[in-house]
Amino acid sequence: MTTTTATAEADRRTVSGSTPGAARGPRRTGRIRRIGLPYLLLLPALVLELLVHLVPMVIGILMSFKALTRFSIREWGAAPWSGLDNYKVSVDINAPAGEALLHSFWVTCGFTVLSVGLCWLLGTAAAIFLQDTFRGRGLLRTLFLVPYALPVYTAVITWAFMFQHDNGLVNHVLHDQLGLTDKPSFWLIGDNSFIALLTVSVWKGWPFAFLVVMAGLQNIPKELYEAAALDGAGMWQQIRRITLPSLRPVNQVLVLVLFLWTFNDFNTPYVLFGKAAPEAADLISIHVYQTTFATWNFGTGSAMSVLLLLFLLVVTGLYLLLTSRRRKTADV
Amino acid sequence: MRRIRAAAIGAVTLSLALAASACGGGSSTDGGGSNDSPKTLTYWASNQGASITVDKKVLKPELDKFEKQTGIRVKLEVIPWSELLNRILTATTSGQGPDVLNIGNTWSASLQASGALLPWDTKNFGSIGGKDRFVDSALGSTGAQGEDPAAVPLYSMAYALYYNKKMFADAGISKPPATWDELVADGKKLSKDGKWGLGAEGANLSENIHQVFVFAKQHGADFFTADGKPDFTSEGAVTAIKQYVDLMAKDKIIAPGNAEYAQNQSLSDFAKGKTAMVLWQTASATLASLGMKDDEWGVAPAPVRSGTPGSGTSVNSMVAGINLAVFKNTDNHDGALKFVKFMTSDAEQKILNKAYGSIPPVKAAQSDPAFNTKATAALRETLAKSAAALPQVADESQFETSVGTAVKELLADAAGGRPVTTESVKAKLEKAQQQMPAK
Repeated sequence: MTTTTATAEADRRTVSGSTPGAARGPRRTGRIRRIGLPYLLLLPALVLELLVHLVPMVIGILMSFKALTRFSIREWGAAPWSGLDNYKVSVDINAPAGEALLHSFWVTCGFTVLSVGLCWLLGTAAAIFLQDTFRGRGLLRTLFLVPYALPVYTAVITWAFMFQHDNGLVNHVLHDQLGLTDKPSFWLIGDNSFIALLTVSVWKGWPFAFLVVMAGLQNIPKELYEAAALDGAGMWQQIRRITLPSLRPVNQVLVLVLFLWTFNDFNTPYVLFGKAAPEAADLISIHVYQTTFATWNFGTGSAMSVLLLLFLLVVTGLYLLLTSRRRKTADV
Repeated sequence: MRRIRAAAIGAVTLSLALAASACGGGSSTDGGGSNDSPKTLTYWASNQGASITVDKKVLKPELDKFEKQTGIRVKLEVIPWSELLNRILTATTSGQGPDVLNIGNTWSASLQASGALLPWDTKNFGSIGGKDRFVDSALGSTGAQGEDPAAVPLYSMAYALYYNKKMFADAGISKPPATWDELVADGKKLSKDGKWGLGAEGANLSENIHQVFVFAKQHGADFFTADGKPDFTSEGAVTAIKQYVDLMAKDKIIAPGNAEYAQNQSLSDFAKGKTAMVLWQTASATLASLGMKDDEWGVAPAPVRSGTPGSGTSVNSMVAGINLAVFKNTDNHDGALKFVKFMTSDAEQKILNKAYGSIPPVKAAQSDPAFNTKATAALRETLAKSAAALPQVADESQFETSVGTAVKELLADAAGGRPVTTESVKAKLEKAQQQMPAK
């Protein structure tokens, strides 16, 4: 049966191949299949990507050049153009809007550096610690991943309860049980709110670093450590000379992803503090949200979002340029 | 190959064009509304009861009744307060919203400015029995003066002073305070042994606004000039806000922890006997759900400086309440009007306001004995005689955010033991005023 079909197929090919004028047909179909198919397969994803990301981005950029307020929001397509006014308002640090944006920018920078640094440090330390096999390692690995697996809202609202002044667990432990503070502290208002925000962010973010570094560690050949041990290298030397350099490509991506997620984090401050974050924890994402939706300055909010996007693009570009150059130098 | 590339570009362009037209640019809404979909309505109800489930239980039988009468099926969605304004804004921008919706009455003028809501002109009001059916104070919060209202009053509420009878008796206080001086004096007697005189929701921006608006009125101040410009730093406004914050900072009758409350925790403290007084709107149903028996609490008019609530500087509440609005681009214009007529009918007003412990804004329904009980009489009196509507200006929503945040920060200062002075109050209000949109 198979032979018959194969013969028939071969015959058909011969016939069509011998037909004058149709000589290019099969070859062309083959080429289309070979070169065009991957593009065709990519097309649905490309279209979706454009719809989900590019279209809103273009609309956002357009909005940033419009005088978009409560009066024009319904017919935003027809709102009057305002040129660069929204950008001027956003960057004028001598005026209230620009001054407040700059303040939240610095808060966000400090928060991001600390959060990413701590996430990386904790994640890497935990991953290295769990490299050795010991009883209970599987359980610990699962436990460490719990914060990553929990829905963000549930986790953060639980933290909000724990940080409450009167009935919160944090004050209960720090003040009532350990006696570390003179009186119960405020964590959700005032200056301490920055520490509360950082704590939740690190708690939420480090399991991802742990997961990625752990995967990276699997790729380092054991022989390297064995050879180093034979040469008399201690644990610290092994970590410094073998582990960290081998993890560099993994870390490069990890730090970038953590940076982007943390800098743009909206859920954590919004669930912890609501739509008006305390000044000390006024992250830029919340600030832009407040400008846009709470005070209904949609055009200015869009301009601030575009500025944020540009900043992140520049930082990401510089980071990739620097890290790839360093890797090339290292390869040489 | 070239053809494939062209086809790919074509497909992408087409999908982009489709996406753009689906987004509509906000311009596809002609604003007229239609009757293309006469058999269904979508209704966004605000969360009025103790939970969304309670609201559904209250509303569902009424919506079924409406369907029986008119053949129109109402799709109900109950939306929590924290999300309602954002949902309305999204609906306004996209044109994809409900047919009928509840709005907080203080947002009326802000939402009116967006042009998304159906104006209630004489004809539309006529179709639901006329404007005269509603009490004046409720009509005062339906949109900017001189314009057709953007909504119709549905539930009315007012602030009153709820007090714990046993705590008062234990402290030797025989009657609820009528002036702020009395309230502070009583509060000091009650604030001891981990218990406190008065509760507050310091991190709730709207709640802050409701409270300081009344204090400002009592000092003869408003937050906007007659022509609608922000005026947050007048002497009266600064004094009023300082007086409110001083209840925690200087008088120490509000627990510092209240500065971070935003989820009605102060009412829960009241029900648990940790706080002796709260200024609240229609608390009876929630107090019952929190396990407090009716005979354990009393209710009195909120204090004023003179002791006699009334108009002008004796205002002791904002006109609180919920309005019913129709989206201008509804596909069931006539059905939406029928639904508003049904919800504001005398019979439904009695049923719904009884269920929520609020006061009907419809005059004829107010005569029902249910609105003359201990829980509701003080609220009804306040609404009739001594409540004032928040400024009906397009910037009201921004005002709630900026001044509400200023009060939140001042209460945070008080809670953290930082000094609250006239200068620090003024500085926060100046900042709040600068954040208002430029005109």
